[in-house]
Amino acid sequence: MRKKRSVVGTIAFYLVLILLATITLIPFMWMLSSSFKSAETIRTIPIRWIPEHPSLEGYRRVFNMEGFSFVRASLNSLFLSVACTIVQVMSACMAAFVFTKMPFKGSNKLFGLYLATMMIPGTVTMVPNYIILRMMGLLNTYTGLILPSLANAFGVFLMRQSMLSLNDSYLESAMLDGATLYRVFFVIVLPMVGPTLATMILLAFMGSWNSYLWPLIVLTSTSKQTLQVVLGNMNGIYKNKENILMAGAVLTIMPILVVYLLTQSKVDSGISLGGLK
Amino acid sequence: MYLPKNHSRRTAVAVFLTPSLIGVFVFCLIPMVSSFVFSLMDYDLLAGTMKFTGLKNFIQILTGKEFPQVLKHTLTYLVLYLPIILMASLAEGMLLNHDFPGRGFFRTVFYLPVITSWVAAAVVWTWVLSGKYGLLNQALAVVGIDGPAWLSSKDWAMPGIVMAALWKDTGYYALMVLAALKSIDPTYYEAAAIDGAGSGRRFFSITLPLLSPTLFMMVVINVIYGLQVCDAVLIMTNGDPGGATTVFLERIYKYAFKQYKMGVASAYSWILFILILIFTLVQFRLQKKWVNYDA
Repeated sequence: MRKKRSVVGTIAFYLVLILLATITLIPFMWMLSSSFKSAETIRTIPIRWIPEHPSLEGYRRVFNMEGFSFVRASLNSLFLSVACTIVQVMSACMAAFVFTKMPFKGSNKLFGLYLATMMIPGTVTMVPNYIILRMMGLLNTYTGLILPSLANAFGVFLMRQSMLSLNDSYLESAMLDGATLYRVFFVIVLPMVGPTLATMILLAFMGSWNSYLWPLIVLTSTSKQTLQVVLGNMNGIYKNKENILMAGAVLTIMPILVVYLLTQSKVDSGISLGGLK
Repeated sequence: MYLPKNHSRRTAVAVFLTPSLIGVFVFCLIPMVSSFVFSLMDYDLLAGTMKFTGLKNFIQILTGKEFPQVLKHTLTYLVLYLPIILMASLAEGMLLNHDFPGRGFFRTVFYLPVITSWVAAAVVWTWVLSGKYGLLNQALAVVGIDGPAWLSSKDWAMPGIVMAALWKDTGYYALMVLAALKSIDPTYYEAAAIDGAGSGRRFFSITLPLLSPTLFMMVVINVIYGLQVCDAVLIMTNGDPGGATTVFLERIYKYAFKQYKMGVASAYSWILFILILIFTLVQFRLQKKWVNYDA
């Protein structure tokens, strides 16, 4: 496409690239390095990137905290992320199926209303949602945390776009063969929108795993708290014990990092759809 | 699609639509309306008292001492964050648009902070920005600069938070830039090369104008998110030192869930919402001056 760049240009290109990559990576290195130090050796000038006496003290302390359990929090996070993802994705796919393949009088207006709710920031609905859950007696329950995931106008929009391109004839022939609408939905529609679905599942999962404010507000008892909330609490408790904090951070990032590396191409395609965040 | 218009169809529509309808109405539309009603009330959740007070909450917030501070901190965050995130993600996106060995590796590296949770990022950055032994100040010491104790300094706490946010978000917007760059028709560059345009000229006359719709969206999104900055603040400074980093969402969180003043919190969230609307509308007005939709 373009002519070969000059030697100087190439060197400059790689210099900027490596500079940006270093800035991006160095806090991760710092985190890893600190997590393997003991409380006594963590504060050194100059920095020792490779700990002289590597220590698992930080990790050991993370798994033996007073008052709350890191393992328990991890399991809570895993369960809640999976549950929120299923609820969020299923409710969106089901609604999109109706809007694209079973339109009814006023369904376009209803879809417009869905789109309008995308304008409402979570900031405004946070307080009333808390009060609604309180009235339902669902504060400090997993159900209470999960239920608001039902509202996912953006997901409906995404899945609708994808389902619009589905050819009706597949669905019709299946119906003529005697399949029910439910069967058509699960066996034909969902597999056919597979790529979008996969992207949405991953974005939903990562979003739930990383979310902080809503779980912080809803789940108050320590046995129910999520990983992010526990790590946030640790930041207050273990001031000046950075080896423990960094070990906690490493353990919090690891699972989502593995998920990302395994599914990278799908996550990246979600960015062009405007998802994640 | 051909479907028999019968009872089973109506049942199916109801079954498929109910979950999202509950979501949209119970957790979006009804809360929106009730939030507005709460904002006009003196509503203490702990005492269980609700009293209609009209615009009192709004007047108290807008004329109080705290509001100008909160606005100032939030705008400081935006003013520091916005130009740098645009330039950094533009640079990263343009680098990734080249073919070079290891491209996939660098792409992954740039995206790592994005998949990291804000809590983990904030915990790590608190340590990076720590006074004497923190990574940043040790790096600054190498070049002879005596860095401040970032997060415990009134002047430097917000720039510290901005640095963490830039680190966390650049990769996300870089991939957005990259997607936009990929959609630029290469013939533009070929024609420019034939006309003898240098790389600077190509950047300012082709790349930048053709990227302007994407850059515009990035500015809009960034302002919306920036006005609602919260996780980073709650964990890194919790609004301190001495209230030097109080921001909107942090205030709303504290009023609602520390003091249980639901009315004040709701009024605050409406003020924030209206601010977001104004900022967004103004940007859509201004876009005619710089955004190019011709290509």
